[in-house]
Amino acid sequence: MTQPLLEVKNLVMRFGGLMAVNHVSLDVNEGQIVSLIGPNGAGKTTVFNCISGFYKPSAGEVLFKGKPMHKLPGHLIARHGMVRTFQNIRLFKEMTLLENLLVAQHMHAERNLLKGMLNLPSYKAKEQELEDRSAEWLERVNLLEFANREAGTLAYGQQRRLEIARCMVTQPTLLMLDEPAAGLNPQETQALDQLIIELRDKYSVTLLLIEHDMKLVMGISDQIVVINQGAPLATGTPAEILGNQAVIKAYLGEE
Amino acid sequence: MTKKPLFTNLTSALFAAGLTLFLGASVMGLRLKSEGITLGVELASTQTFIELGLAGLIVFLFQLFRDRIPKLSSSATDRIAILAFLRTDKQQRLWLMLTIAALLVFPFTTGRSNIDLATLVLIYIMLAIGLNIVVGLAGLLDLGYVGFYAVGAYTYGLLYTYFGFSFWQALPVAGLFAAITGWLLGYPVLRLRGDYLAIVTLGFGEIIRLLLNNLTELTGGPNGVSSIPKPTLFGLEFSRRGDNTFHEFFGIAYDPVHRVIFLYLLALLLVMLSIYIIRRLIRMPIGRAWEALREDEIACRSLGMSPTNIKLSAFTIGATFAGFAGAFFATRQSFISPESFAFIESAIILAIVVLGGMGSQLGVVLAAIAMVLLPELAREFNEYRMLLFGLMMVLMMIWRPQGLLPAKRPHRELKTTNAEVK
Repeated sequence: MTQPLLEVKNLVMRFGGLMAVNHVSLDVNEGQIVSLIGPNGAGKTTVFNCISGFYKPSAGEVLFKGKPMHKLPGHLIARHGMVRTFQNIRLFKEMTLLENLLVAQHMHAERNLLKGMLNLPSYKAKEQELEDRSAEWLERVNLLEFANREAGTLAYGQQRRLEIARCMVTQPTLLMLDEPAAGLNPQETQALDQLIIELRDKYSVTLLLIEHDMKLVMGISDQIVVINQGAPLATGTPAEILGNQAVIKAYLGEE
Repeated sequence: MTKKPLFTNLTSALFAAGLTLFLGASVMGLRLKSEGITLGVELASTQTFIELGLAGLIVFLFQLFRDRIPKLSSSATDRIAILAFLRTDKQQRLWLMLTIAALLVFPFTTGRSNIDLATLVLIYIMLAIGLNIVVGLAGLLDLGYVGFYAVGAYTYGLLYTYFGFSFWQALPVAGLFAAITGWLLGYPVLRLRGDYLAIVTLGFGEIIRLLLNNLTELTGGPNGVSSIPKPTLFGLEFSRRGDNTFHEFFGIAYDPVHRVIFLYLLALLLVMLSIYIIRRLIRMPIGRAWEALREDEIACRSLGMSPTNIKLSAFTIGATFAGFAGAFFATRQSFISPESFAFIESAIILAIVVLGGMGSQLGVVLAAIAMVLLPELAREFNEYRMLLFGLMMVLMMIWRPQGLLPAKRPHRELKTTNAEVK
């Protein structure tokens, strides 16, 4: 078998005496949609924060394309093509939608001060390219008509979509979504469902999600990883997880 | 809006009026009188007390009926009303041209003291738009900005004293040195946030001043650096006697006002250049990154931007403008000493930025004019000058807490058929 795109090995995260993540391992293969589920407070977001470099894991390894990531600061990890969204949406609320997407492409922009100052053709071309890509993604998530509005004025569901678009303009290999369906109505969730599948199929992005909406998770995931109280509980396909006694016990309690 | 019953206002109105009387009586009601070698205290004239009583009454009535006084709104609508004549690009360009023309003609129509004052305003504009990058755009509260101003000024002063540099040779070096200082100071302190950053930068500003004050062998200490030469116009000096003087070259009579006008025009040139450069920077990727960083540092990191580098760039570029302003200050004054770079200067520059509306260039320019001119115009009020200044600040906080002209957003609009246009 080929090497997984993302390998997490025996990840441990301690906060003082609290073991928030206890030897969690997971593999994400290229082109897959992998979901991380578990009851509230299971440590899912902490795993996310460790993988994306916002926390330094106490022990364990995170390998992305075979390269160790767990010692790098967050912004360098993002530059390797691993980009995330946040549970409580973090947009640049006072900037317009277009500007949000332009900022996200900072690493692709022409950042030479002199070229920008003199407005050289190469600089203009690059800026146009960023703008075109932004417009393309705004259209893809149905927000093009609001392009010049401030992001803070958008409805909740629209903000979620914008956050995904903002990740996508950075042209990531692995997109990590932290509860993308939280606060969405059923129709919006369905649209999200389709968007996620399209991201994988059309834009060949690999996805790692944290999600509570079981219908969404069971419908689109290739692999599911369940954690409970920081410890790994089960790994498998949706069908395997649905039949797993330990998982049922963790979610519903014992009879 | 629901109107509160008069009674609830009554207590606060009584309190405010009482406070007015108490403060007024303690500041203006007593007088020191010298009797031989001893000092005595006597009450002020009855008229003062009548005036005080009237003032207390006004405060009382205002507080009592403040709910019923129609509020001067500070919403976005009146901002648009102010700028109605600046709607289109064409109008903007026209007004810009007219303003520049007026500024160019200005020195030839007025006296020496006015030109001097205008030059001072220009120096503050330059400092404030530089600090605006750091505070207004990148959102880093810097209370030691005057330190970079000092570095710029002393760079020219010392380069002249030891190596005989001219203003034009020293100007780029002053900018460079200030930038390096900004970078070096920024590197350790930019890990801090908010109030902590403010305190540390305040400390660094003071350290620079104290160093200049105490490195007596190098900087002359409290005596400062003196007889710094004025700038030349392509080698032509603005002095009465010399080898290559302006008035001899053009065959006109010597007039000291020429030099004042030249300094003004030079400052105007520097300011216009700075405004243009910063205007471009704001629209470039780096400007967008500054704003994004001010809004959400974590989101920036998640998108691959290095917060430290972006903050450093803002700090360094901001410091560069202070360096240029410093070199200009040195050449204008001919004399610099650590006293010119005390904390109060940082506070004034910061006040200009806040007053103008953080991040707004035009606002900052207007605020700089107001901040420098008002104390000058209010000179006849002598001891009440600072009181007037405080009153202005309080009124600003009530009516325009977002500044004179809050930053105009957005900087860039998508122009496609589908996007709604604002």
